[in-house]
Amino acid sequence: MTTLASPRSALAAGVPGTTAPAASATAASVETLSTSPLTRVKSVPWFSPRNLVRAALPLTLLAAWWFVSATGIVSPVVFPSPALVLEALIDMVRRGELQDALPISLGRAALGLAFGLAIGIFFGVLNGLFRAAEEIFDSSFQIIRQIPFIATVPLFIIWFGIAENMKIIIIALACVFPVYLNTYAGVRHVDSKLVEAGKVFGLSPIKRITTIVLPGALPQVLVGVRYSMGVSLLALVLAESVNAHSGLGYIIAIAQGAIRVDIITAAIIIYALLGVGVDVVMRILERRLLPWKG
Amino acid sequence: MTIISEAPVSATGSGEPATDALGRRPDAETVVDITGVTKSFGDRPVLDGIDLKISRGEFVAILGASGSGKTTLLRILASLDHANGGSLHVASQRSVVFQDARLLPFERVLPNILLGTDARKARATASALLEEVGLRGYEKRWPKTLSGGEAQRVALARALVREPHLLLLDEPFAALDALTRIKMHVLVLQLWHRYDPAVFFITHDVDEAILLADRILVLSDGRFSREISITTPRDQRRGWAGFNKVRRQLLAELGVDSETGGEH
Repeated sequence: MTTLASPRSALAAGVPGTTAPAASATAASVETLSTSPLTRVKSVPWFSPRNLVRAALPLTLLAAWWFVSATGIVSPVVFPSPALVLEALIDMVRRGELQDALPISLGRAALGLAFGLAIGIFFGVLNGLFRAAEEIFDSSFQIIRQIPFIATVPLFIIWFGIAENMKIIIIALACVFPVYLNTYAGVRHVDSKLVEAGKVFGLSPIKRITTIVLPGALPQVLVGVRYSMGVSLLALVLAESVNAHSGLGYIIAIAQGAIRVDIITAAIIIYALLGVGVDVVMRILERRLLPWKG
Repeated sequence: MTIISEAPVSATGSGEPATDALGRRPDAETVVDITGVTKSFGDRPVLDGIDLKISRGEFVAILGASGSGKTTLLRILASLDHANGGSLHVASQRSVVFQDARLLPFERVLPNILLGTDARKARATASALLEEVGLRGYEKRWPKTLSGGEAQRVALARALVREPHLLLLDEPFAALDALTRIKMHVLVLQLWHRYDPAVFFITHDVDEAILLADRILVLSDGRFSREISITTPRDQRRGWAGFNKVRRQLLAELGVDSETGGEH
């Protein structure tokens, strides 16, 4: 507004060469904005401020743990120091226990997961695509889903014994629902406008499913797979707590009998690392399968 | 008609197809021939006895306010909806460009264009088309990386690779900015000349309709309430004296007083 007013006031004052003040007034109202160079967030050095802030709390907790156990505030029998836990871990590796246990435990989780994913994805796709299938199966899935799978363990022990079958079945059951729910939702929420475009361009109903619906649902399916992988580890811990003769759960059971908190803690850390491993695997899978997400 | 030649020479190429007074070529194949088409959703009638005949090579614009049934009519012509009554004869070689580009996000540009075609046969045409729509070298781009205008160009290429006799355009430029829209107008006319489909063009933009079409039909309350044929060559329409007259007539038909901007 000032730029409009100033030339007029200059005219009223009868100042000669009115265009000059008008021009300068216009120029004065044009603000030179500071610029910042375009930066692309690509790779951040590990010691960047953001990462340091993120690492602060875990490192503080670790230091506190070390402090309370090293100063004897907490008895090392109840809660051994990080150094002792590390030592227990190294011992486990040196004696070959970990190398024996890990493949067995991972094998159980993987087998259970494979069954769970197969069942969950199959019914998720089926019920997502066909109203009739949804009517038949979905309500049953929703009811079974409400049962905490931990509660079924005694039943499964009676039905399937305490050997491997029972463990695999528990893990599989636990893995079905996260992937089922996400697959179902993914198939259901595929953009119907894209399916319509497929129809316009002459795709048969089957082609529309294979080239539009299923690829469109894939991101959501992978979310379900990620959840199920996490759940498979959870179910693994539970399944291995029952009559384990091998695996990580066996190590924990023995350590519990001997009140070796250092070994129990070390095993718990390994479970946590497996969880991190799940995330890494999923990230690789997503990058491979969803390149278009960029 | 007065011809004012200050209008910039558009890129539509020189000769328009030989047409009769109504913009039709007498020998051309009829691609749309519908009579008495009705459609209602529940109790609400949307189309109330539509008659329409379009020949190959014609460019027909359908104007109408929101809810006037334009899109329903297009969906019936594309057999995405079924009419409740009337007789319909529509060329089987037809294709659609929607308001949103509707590209599959998980396929690159080229497979998107080739969707539903025999990829081996159509590949060469697809690449040529991509170049024609100004997207040379975009074959391997992901739709996510395209601007709105670029995505709509891909959608045009996808529609034309099927060599349609009838091209149905459902407000294809409504979501684009004004500058991109002008470029798209030029492009659509170029492609129309080159591939020679009949174009059924839905818009609510009166100026756009006058600039592009041979024939403009106003749809209101489920019927065509007015039909205007324009014979002035397209490259002269921008500065054309009749432009404002036609514009006023069409706006009045749509219930807008172009002088005051108020509604009748």
